[in-house]
Amino acid sequence: MISTLLTTLLCAVLGATIALAVLAPGSGSRGLTQESLDALAASGVSNPVTAVLLNYRGYDTLLEIAVLLLAVVTVWGLRVAPARGDRGETDRPLLASLVRLVAPVAVTVAGYFLWIGSFAPGGAFQAGAVLGGLGVLALLAGLVRVATLDVAAVRVALAFGLLVFVAASTAAMVRTGGLLAYPPGEGGTWILLIEAAATVSIGATLAALFLGGRPGACPPREGGGDA
Amino acid sequence: MPDGNVETYVLGGAALFALGLRGLLIHAHLVRKAVALNVMGAGVFLVLVALAARTPGALPDPVPHAMVLTGIVVSVCATALLLALAERVRDETGRAELPEDEP
Repeated sequence: MISTLLTTLLCAVLGATIALAVLAPGSGSRGLTQESLDALAASGVSNPVTAVLLNYRGYDTLLEIAVLLLAVVTVWGLRVAPARGDRGETDRPLLASLVRLVAPVAVTVAGYFLWIGSFAPGGAFQAGAVLGGLGVLALLAGLVRVATLDVAAVRVALAFGLLVFVAASTAAMVRTGGLLAYPPGEGGTWILLIEAAATVSIGATLAALFLGGRPGACPPREGGGDA
Repeated sequence: MPDGNVETYVLGGAALFALGLRGLLIHAHLVRKAVALNVMGAGVFLVLVALAARTPGALPDPVPHAMVLTGIVVSVCATALLLALAERVRDETGRAELPEDEP
């Protein structure tokens, strides 16, 4: 019990230190609001957060898409998808009907988020999250079955976002000489293109992560292990 | 967020971080550790958003907001990886705790 108490105490001290450090007078700064807004007209979008994500700090977003792919590769490499991924459609007919109704709405909402991201809160990650949620629902309802999954198409969808992002950054570098420096005046088009590819990838990644392992049967290893 | 409430959110974020860290260190079960890690992440995001609201002017600073968006996505991936690892540990050892943490 002593170590529990000590841990709690030390964590409390750490929390208090963080709060004090952030709230201390004189620790605030002007932030980057003015700089972001000044460069907004040239960035190609009118939503400052999207401009930061896809233009000013586009490199961070490129690496983040790579992290998504890395997570799927690692999870898929750890295990084979467990048997619950093969639940049949008739097991949960009510859920299956609901997902069938919701699916077109979800795709439309995702498309809306993707488009509106240039002007208002939204963007690739929000749209990808909606698509990912649809994928999870489809897996739960049995509308997407591991046994009949087109694994090649899923792999293409998973890598698509990163491939397009890297291709776009290379093309931009060829044309203007700077990594992810979009040609002036065309920023909005490039951003939308990259975001569209990223949306597909993010949705596929979230559903693939929910699957919990690579689809397909794996021959049992000697010495025990998972099936 | 309205001026003068920034302190509340910073304190809340720091408290969440401390609580999550305590949970991470104390609990042996891997899923509880994953949940504690998520609580820590929520605390960090709250502090970042509070920092963004603290800048002078009507519009908040968009850079910490973008960092939070990135952070949410990365924390989802980390949680998924953690849970897959926990299931793999359970497949191999039959328990969802690391060997050195078992009572």
